[in-house]
Amino acid sequence: MFDYETLKLIWWVLVGVLLIGFALTDGFDLGAVILMPLIGRTDSERRVVLNTIGPHWEGNQVWLVTAAGALFAAWPIVYAASFSGFYWAMMLVLFALFARPLGFDYRSKLDNPNWRSRWDWALCLGSFVPALVFGVAFGNLFLGVPFMLDNTMRISYTGNFWGLLNPFAILAGLVSLTMLMTHGATWLMMRTDKQVLQRSRTATQILSTAYLITFIAAGLWLWFGIEGYSVISVIDFNGAIDPLSKVVEQNNPGWMANYTQYPIMRIAPIVGIIGGVLALLGATINRSALAFLGSSLAISGTICTAGFALFPFLMPSSIDFASSLTMWDAVSSHKTLGIMFIAAAIFVPIILVYTLWSYIKMWGTVKVADIDGDPHGLY
Amino acid sequence: MISETLVDLSRFQFAMTAMYHFIFVPLTIGLAFLLAIMESVYVLTGKEVYKDMVLFWGKLFGINFAIGVATGLTMEFQFGTNWSYYSHYVGDVFGAPLAIEGLMAFFLESTFIGLFFFGWERLSKHQHLAVTWLVAIGSNLSALWILVANGWMQNPVGAEFNYETMRMEVTDFAALIFNPVAQVKFVHTVAAGYVTGSIFVLAISSWYLLKKRDLGFARRSFAIASAFGLASILSVIVLGDESGYEIGDVQKTKLAAIEAEWHTEKAPAAFTLVGLPNMETQSTDYAIKIPYAMGIMATRSLDTEVTGIKDLIAQHEVRIRNGMLAYERLQVLRGGDRSAENVALFDEVKQDLGYGLLLKKYTENIAEATEEQIKLAAADTIPHVPSIFWAFRFMVGAGFLMLLLFVLAFWASTKHNQEHKTWLLRFALLSLPLPWIGVQAGWYVAEVGRQPWSIGEVLPTFLSTSSLSSGDVLGSIITIAVIYTVLIIIEMFLMIRFARKGPSCLHTGRYHFEQNTTKKL
Repeated sequence: MFDYETLKLIWWVLVGVLLIGFALTDGFDLGAVILMPLIGRTDSERRVVLNTIGPHWEGNQVWLVTAAGALFAAWPIVYAASFSGFYWAMMLVLFALFARPLGFDYRSKLDNPNWRSRWDWALCLGSFVPALVFGVAFGNLFLGVPFMLDNTMRISYTGNFWGLLNPFAILAGLVSLTMLMTHGATWLMMRTDKQVLQRSRTATQILSTAYLITFIAAGLWLWFGIEGYSVISVIDFNGAIDPLSKVVEQNNPGWMANYTQYPIMRIAPIVGIIGGVLALLGATINRSALAFLGSSLAISGTICTAGFALFPFLMPSSIDFASSLTMWDAVSSHKTLGIMFIAAAIFVPIILVYTLWSYIKMWGTVKVADIDGDPHGLY
Repeated sequence: MISETLVDLSRFQFAMTAMYHFIFVPLTIGLAFLLAIMESVYVLTGKEVYKDMVLFWGKLFGINFAIGVATGLTMEFQFGTNWSYYSHYVGDVFGAPLAIEGLMAFFLESTFIGLFFFGWERLSKHQHLAVTWLVAIGSNLSALWILVANGWMQNPVGAEFNYETMRMEVTDFAALIFNPVAQVKFVHTVAAGYVTGSIFVLAISSWYLLKKRDLGFARRSFAIASAFGLASILSVIVLGDESGYEIGDVQKTKLAAIEAEWHTEKAPAAFTLVGLPNMETQSTDYAIKIPYAMGIMATRSLDTEVTGIKDLIAQHEVRIRNGMLAYERLQVLRGGDRSAENVALFDEVKQDLGYGLLLKKYTENIAEATEEQIKLAAADTIPHVPSIFWAFRFMVGAGFLMLLLFVLAFWASTKHNQEHKTWLLRFALLSLPLPWIGVQAGWYVAEVGRQPWSIGEVLPTFLSTSSLSSGDVLGSIITIAVIYTVLIIIEMFLMIRFARKGPSCLHTGRYHFEQNTTKKL
């Protein structure tokens, strides 16, 4: 089996993979539903939007559930510190996520237009809030989170909800929001036709431009305006773990240090930008697959950009630097990481196979005529 | 010290959201299996009415499943948001089954449920049947992993405390999976889910039969539900998890509370059928006892004793004193003096560290706790006996009533005369709440019976919370309560509306509300 150091790295990659998996799959259904009230003008058009994701949103959402589960298992104290520290942000995401399963399943069960319109707004808001808050939470990681650990590893948190809503974090939230909305729009380009397709193209053009602007702006702000963190003591990669035993300081270039030290990592922001440009191009020349590839690359590039910049940090502390959690010292035991790796190595490929099968089976353009022809069967 | 209000509020929020979530879970588990059975009959016989059954009960299943998924998220979030010390302290062990649940079960169930609803036109008959079975298997595997996690809270095997990281770590993963408490719980809980699904189908079908509507549809649904329900309720009762109560100290304490067994009796002990357990006097007033019954039920033998509460408290007091020593030695190690000798000293007593932590409720300085504080902590090791005693009896009572119903219903459906037995149909309809009374009471016994521990003998509940303000938790309780109330009103509204319409909501043109007269199939 792998040594501890390798497994720590593997899990850092795997959590990233799960996050990207979540953003690539659940990302388009979040994005598409946020856009639904704008792109779907009539009830039938809105149902077209919902039915493109109808067979898939449940499976997609499991990427989020599993990513949170993996966080719990692989980095328990990160799960503990982030979920309890960001208490009201997490509650807000949770309340928003309540609306989705019910909205999808219940909306079209009754014909009443009031009923349907309320669910449409609940779905839209329920998708908007997580898309924004995930980005805001990530943004706050770069600024450091006001928490500390005591000698028994109990976490205390001194910030509050409003403190999360600082300008940089809001910009990060907009990156996440425009990125996922672009992805939703390119998904709809692939799966719809006529007016819905045309509106999705326009949405992709606007949103991918907005994504490119916010992504680059956030990058520049991070580069020039925000002090990063670095570990200055020697880390025992393979050894027993006690976050409190390390020395951390806040310094510049901090978050850019990895990009200087490992130039290969620069590929991530480049992929993000290329992805945004491809989405814009695909929408302009009406190549929906190209646009979807573009938004997928933009998502992967963006998440990697953030992860690479933070490495090895997962959650830096702004009030007690030594309490900062890194992927070397906030992890589960060697044994648990090993067992979890085996489970992931077996099940992730199986999941990918049957997920792909379900997409192949349900592929095709969803048309207004299909919806009108089956008023009781679909969403 | 951690505020008691915060602990109580956090517990209240967890109990509220868990019990609410478990309104929907057993119905999902049970209906998923019933749908798979109905669709198998459809594929084997080719009769359209069975496909209609899958579609109709599937519609009700979907209404229930959506809210089950939504409220399940709360559970996953809540360990981190409200129980962050718990998440740190046992995440190395407890997180793994939850993550594997996602990878192995929830993905399977959720991916295929999309195809179950949307795939009728796109998949062949056999492919769709496979999809339905995979949904059912996924929901069962999901229950398995969740109960492995829960079983570990009751009986924490295969893990050890690591003083360097201040947490429990896995030593033997196989022991965790094959934890006998988890295995017994799994069988008992999923079988209770099958019973819930069966009662649901049986009660609603009986209503159609009472209304003399859609008879062919209702009769067949009734038959499948009664047969599957009978098999399931027998499993629930025979494989009841009482046998799991022998294992581990927490389970022993729970057993003593269930039976209100204050003194250790000579084996085989008598079973207290009913009575009023009194925590203050440590006795049960007005007890009606059945000789020998408990000893046989609980220990499956004639000569094993069931330890009484007073003896348990005395045993726990010894372990608390030991735990004080463990805590003191841990402080030395955490202070940095990690010589081999100090580690060995700690290892001698570390199995009682959890008992030492019980004193944190009364003093910051555990090593110097007073005699009075030790007595208080020892008394705390016994959960609230009267409510556990009665919850258990409600659960068993509901179980036996349902057994009676399924026996009668199965008998009637083999004789094909159920639609003429109005009393039986009314009995079935009125039994609709029984499985929910049973499962909620059962979980009350399991989880309140585990107190004062969040992880049996390892971590006290009051230490497990996050460092939040009581106001934060009160705020989230109120918000969740409001949202959950709205959600259940909407859910019940849809459920009742579609159940009332019956298979006519499928718009096949074959059922009651689509015809002018009642037509038999």
